[in-house]
Amino acid sequence: MKIYAKDRDGKEHVLEGRDGWTVMEILRDAGLPITAECGGACACATCHVYVDGGWYEKLSAPSDAETDMLDMALAVEPNSRLSCQITCAPELDGLKLTLAPE
Amino acid sequence: MSTPIETDVAIVGAGPIGLFAVFELGLLDLKCHLVDILDRPGGQCTELYPEKPIYDIPGLPIVTGQELTDRLMEQIKPFNAQFHFSEMASALTKLPDGRWKLSTDAGTEIIAPVLVIAAGGGSFVPKRPPIPGIEAYEGKSVFYAVRKMENFRGKNVLIAGGGDSALDWTINLAPVANSLTLVHHRDGFRANQHSVNQMRELEAAGKIKFHVASVKALHGDNGQLEAATLAGADKKEWRHDCDTFLPFFGLTMKLGPIAEFGLNLHENLIPVDTARFESETPGIFAIGDINSYTGKLKLILSGFHEAALMAQAAFHIARPNDKLRFQYTTSSSNLQKKLGVA
Repeated sequence: MKIYAKDRDGKEHVLEGRDGWTVMEILRDAGLPITAECGGACACATCHVYVDGGWYEKLSAPSDAETDMLDMALAVEPNSRLSCQITCAPELDGLKLTLAPE
Repeated sequence: MSTPIETDVAIVGAGPIGLFAVFELGLLDLKCHLVDILDRPGGQCTELYPEKPIYDIPGLPIVTGQELTDRLMEQIKPFNAQFHFSEMASALTKLPDGRWKLSTDAGTEIIAPVLVIAAGGGSFVPKRPPIPGIEAYEGKSVFYAVRKMENFRGKNVLIAGGGDSALDWTINLAPVANSLTLVHHRDGFRANQHSVNQMRELEAAGKIKFHVASVKALHGDNGQLEAATLAGADKKEWRHDCDTFLPFFGLTMKLGPIAEFGLNLHENLIPVDTARFESETPGIFAIGDINSYTGKLKLILSGFHEAALMAQAAFHIARPNDKLRFQYTTSSSNLQKKLGVA
């Protein structure tokens, strides 16, 4: 599956997702500047992304823990998600997202 | 400023690795002082995930960040390390006698032949909202913490956030401020339910205002806030008069003043050798998440190993004329005496 990730300068990176990996891990593995301070424990809100192009609705809804943790993220928008809580799967091929500001 | 403290080892960071370093150094009779910007031990373990279970600590099949910290504090108790909490290690100088002087933002000075940096991802500092030009207002009309409530008497306060700090300060400052408005991106809160109820009551009584909104811009000259631009869920923007803004979005880690310690950094990490875990500057060691070497894994257990090897090397710097006697806690009555069990 492909992930189209826009960095904070507006440059788009085409990444290869791996089934079962979280999107945060794919972003981090590709060297994109995502802090992911807590390492994927849904405990820090520093892997915040905006899900673009109609993909937000196609993802499974955020858990209560994620919604709560987003309260600690900056510049939250209706399409905000924590990328450590999105797991790569074939049906997400083409997923579009933008790194949130830090 | 008080008299400088003289000790064997100054440790920056009281997370799990800084704590275990006290143990390994203590077995070698080296005394430690620790500095941490947080108000309690544990670092990331207690700040980010106190309740989350950790499964990869050898011998502890399941332990939470808080429990691990508590166990480490118990383990190092015999060594009577001194903690300087809520202080940021802010400057480092080399003294003519070769020792290091570590200063903190609270004026503490620690002089030691060995400095150990166990600062993880750096200092925990408040998250700064990405509002253009917010820096100019910080310390004058934008604050990330409330030190004295009295400073906010009669002010028109705007608070942003949905966690415990945002709610607690909304409740506490409501009777002090002239007006108080809370904004959050949703009509739901991560905070303690009791605080949320109290906030709702204040809102119903007309004592505070709450908007589902976010702060887009700040207005005012010379750091003095006059108004903020707020945007609602429907993106509609309006101007909100206020003279004080308190954003509460929790903490994040920044390397901070360690970057100015004269160390050779590589991508904000301190390169070390893997025999001593010493930086390229003799007498300064780096252990845990803040160091880098070939094969480095950011695991608590790796940090424990690094602490043990660091202590052996540090001994020779702190006690150049003494012979290091390597002993096991299981068999050495000498070590058992130090641990208070023999």
